[in-house]
Amino acid sequence: MSQDPQQATAVDTGSWLVCQANVLGETVTDLLIVDGVITQMGTELSDENATVIDASHQIALPGLVDIHTHLREPGREDAETVETGTRAAAKGGYTAVFAMANSNPVADTAGVVEQVWGLGRAAGWTQVQPIGAVTVGLEGKNLSEIGAMAESRAQVRVFSDDGKCVHDPLLMRRALEYVKTFDGVVAQHAQEPRLTEDAQMNEGSVSADLGLAGWPAVAEESIIARDVLLAQHVGSRVHICHLSTKGSVELVRWAKQRGIDVTAEVTPHHLLLTDELVRTFDPVFKVNPPLRTDEDVAAVRAAVADGTIDVVGTDHAPHPREDKECEWSCAAMGMTGLETALSVVHHTLVETGAISWRDVARIMSQTPAQIGRLEGQGRPLEVGEPANIVLFDPAAVTTVDPEKHASKGRNSPYKGLTLPGSVRATFFKGHPVVLDGELMRPHPAAR
Amino acid sequence: MSEYVENPTQGGPQSAGGLSRRILAAADIDRALTRIAHEILESNRGAQDLVLLGIPRRGYPLAQRLATKLASIDSFDPATSLGQLDVTMYRDDLRRNPSRVPWPTVMPQRGIDDSTVVLVDDVLSSGRTIRAALDALTELGRPGVVRLAVLVDRGHRELPIRADFVGKNLPTAAREKVKVRLTEIDGCPQDADAVDEVVIVG
Amino acid sequence: MKHLLSTKNLTRDQAIEILDTADRMADVGQQSVKKLPALRGRTVVNLFFEDSTRTRISFETAAKRLSADVINFSAKGSSVSKGESLKDTAQTLMAMEADAVVIRHGASGAPQQLATTGWIDAAVLNAGDGKHEHPTQALLDAMTLREHRSKLAGTATTGTGLDGMHVVIAGDILHSRVARSNMWLLNTLGARVTFVAPPTLLPVGVEHWPARIVFDLDQALAQNPDAVMLLRVQRERMHAAFFPSEAEYARWWGLTPERLAALDAAGATTAIMHPGPMNRGLEISSVAADSPRSTVLRQVANGVSVRMACLYLLLTGDNSAAQVL
Repeated sequence: MSQDPQQATAVDTGSWLVCQANVLGETVTDLLIVDGVITQMGTELSDENATVIDASHQIALPGLVDIHTHLREPGREDAETVETGTRAAAKGGYTAVFAMANSNPVADTAGVVEQVWGLGRAAGWTQVQPIGAVTVGLEGKNLSEIGAMAESRAQVRVFSDDGKCVHDPLLMRRALEYVKTFDGVVAQHAQEPRLTEDAQMNEGSVSADLGLAGWPAVAEESIIARDVLLAQHVGSRVHICHLSTKGSVELVRWAKQRGIDVTAEVTPHHLLLTDELVRTFDPVFKVNPPLRTDEDVAAVRAAVADGTIDVVGTDHAPHPREDKECEWSCAAMGMTGLETALSVVHHTLVETGAISWRDVARIMSQTPAQIGRLEGQGRPLEVGEPANIVLFDPAAVTTVDPEKHASKGRNSPYKGLTLPGSVRATFFKGHPVVLDGELMRPHPAAR
Repeated sequence: MSEYVENPTQGGPQSAGGLSRRILAAADIDRALTRIAHEILESNRGAQDLVLLGIPRRGYPLAQRLATKLASIDSFDPATSLGQLDVTMYRDDLRRNPSRVPWPTVMPQRGIDDSTVVLVDDVLSSGRTIRAALDALTELGRPGVVRLAVLVDRGHRELPIRADFVGKNLPTAAREKVKVRLTEIDGCPQDADAVDEVVIVG
Repeated sequence: MKHLLSTKNLTRDQAIEILDTADRMADVGQQSVKKLPALRGRTVVNLFFEDSTRTRISFETAAKRLSADVINFSAKGSSVSKGESLKDTAQTLMAMEADAVVIRHGASGAPQQLATTGWIDAAVLNAGDGKHEHPTQALLDAMTLREHRSKLAGTATTGTGLDGMHVVIAGDILHSRVARSNMWLLNTLGARVTFVAPPTLLPVGVEHWPARIVFDLDQALAQNPDAVMLLRVQRERMHAAFFPSEAEYARWWGLTPERLAALDAAGATTAIMHPGPMNRGLEISSVAADSPRSTVLRQVANGVSVRMACLYLLLTGDNSAAQVL
């Protein structure tokens, strides 16, 4: 454990007094944090040993939990590492991220998930919870070592072939059944492969103009329809990754009405951006699932507001510059998102009046932690709860500059865009990994 | 002859506020062309092997008018001996000025080889247009003699080129603009007298 | 005008300016010396990531008639297969001080990227990108249509659009950049477009296009359109289940001898157009391709004139107030 002498006191005692924070945008209060736990809440608290943080005019939310992050390590350390990805997460207000399985080697064995889990602990910026692959090598043929991953030190509960769809219906059925053993969940990347061969963008009037092969909504919706029926049939739960179309919303709504145990996720970019941006041919807008239409954006926003969509997951997908500085059809799919997600949610859902800050805590912290069965995260901001907290200044204005991002990825689709709000502080297990909007030091328990 | 008139309506924004001075009126232009026609016939000893090539835009109607006069004085046949020579593609200032659509080049029926070609233009100034015309001409054939007729020579030559037949020598300041208006291009045909003129603007 | 990337963003005035200039360029083709000095000392690079000898030769002829220096850069496969990137290629050409880059690329949008990323400072001329656009093909087709009408009506072409004309475009619309570029330009110039294709070869979203869609070629031809344009059908499409067999395609969507005879019987003045290369016996029968209605060779000749016009207009004039088309 390395220590900065000037911070030694604060780290050692772990006492922080957060003053005048607006908890969930509802109650202005002080919070005293001691040794990783919220020990007191109330007005005009004082503790002479505590470092005082002025949080006036800032919203306090439970530390965010991202159900869908690509940390790229092992295998693509040129794109991102656990270290850089979790720094980005901390700057974005996240205290836990679920690391997707499509690394190289694929996280389909206990060894790989323990490696990722261990790298996360060593980094100390945020909790890293690995997701295991459903099938060996994401190849959609044989089930991976699901049980071994579940009982490993990483305690994997979420399984996904994200990036690829578990398209074989029988294999999907088996996976849904098998994860019931330990209350796991299969997170499906809903993409019918034959309908999306060589697909480059949303199929619609823009793809018609641009002559790019289309990724039709039906390729997503047909898989969702199948999987909710399978989940119902075998009595398991299924999570739909990055739902992107109006039709998908309707299917999930229908499934929930029938009592099917389905949860759904939307990305920040699908809440804001549309396929009209593809007309620029700038590969920064190339993503899977693709950016859809205005109508779809309106539908997913409404679905978050009415609870049909349960969580916002970033699908943070960093890529090295050369994978985006090329022709559209050769470019890699994906966008970074960890450091902009809260601002985008603020802009698209809170400022528009669709949801409250309490809802933000639900969709970005509480529910994602519950879906992934992650203890100690997504907890309410109450006395006795772990001090995973983000302080957000909603009135700040940020012009997005990817060059300043902590992520290695520079592929932010919001480059140059002015977004509302700024993460001022992130407390991870009682330790401020971010203060005044800047990264501080990793959690002292790391390394 | 030179009278001060209000800025004519066709002056547009580039001559905003400036006064324009009329140098030649319609009758003056007609007299000048008549004189040039006689001079051409005199120097060529008749209309034999004579070809007129007007340079678009305003050189061509002037060439047409000259052709009519030549036909009335001598045995000149406009149908076979009048043409149009576009020089756009041969200009040396293509990268400085806005791109322009070239005008058609129309060769006279009789051809130009071994003939006496009289190039006709409205205003002679730097000489660069005529330089371009001479280049264009060499790719179309090989005239015996090439002459130059202009309605106005305003000076400011940048190349060793001079006109053989001049309607009016007009000393000007560099900042001044010489504008030629001709009925065929700038006006409605019923109104010839009102349109034809040469003015100095600025 | 700094680049020519698409016809979608071309204004009517710009299109007519190009066509009028192309008419003048065509005159040069009739001269004994078929050469103009307009682009002397300028360098035009033909950057072809896809094989297309026809298009390359057409651009090369155009540039040479304008006295430009021409460099042919065949980069087939080098970018897409992760060899040299488009960016590196562009910067190489910039180091060679290319004034214009004529680019043919299998990826939609590659010319636009070249024009907008700042990798290169040259004028970019799209010679066909993916399934997106092929603006000079549409312009040469428009020139051919203008000629066709002016010949029938005995009027001049200069300054005119294609107002009131009706053009039927038949075949693989889905994969055709020619169809897209033609649709936008024909509409801009006042013509009406009817697309005829099997539903499998029409893109989703086609209902937003300014074109009428029919599945029946006979119905479209019965209106005696001013022209029918047949698009090349890639034989490999059949294997991807776009249509059941070549014979069925030819019977339903090809310009068969029977359909040609019907046009003749109706006294139609319909011109037969094809961007080439033709699949005789598939989308067009030999008798149709060789009939007096066929403008296929006029299209090839007009291609040179149109490309001369585009190069001339892009490389002359003051482009400080650069405009992207």
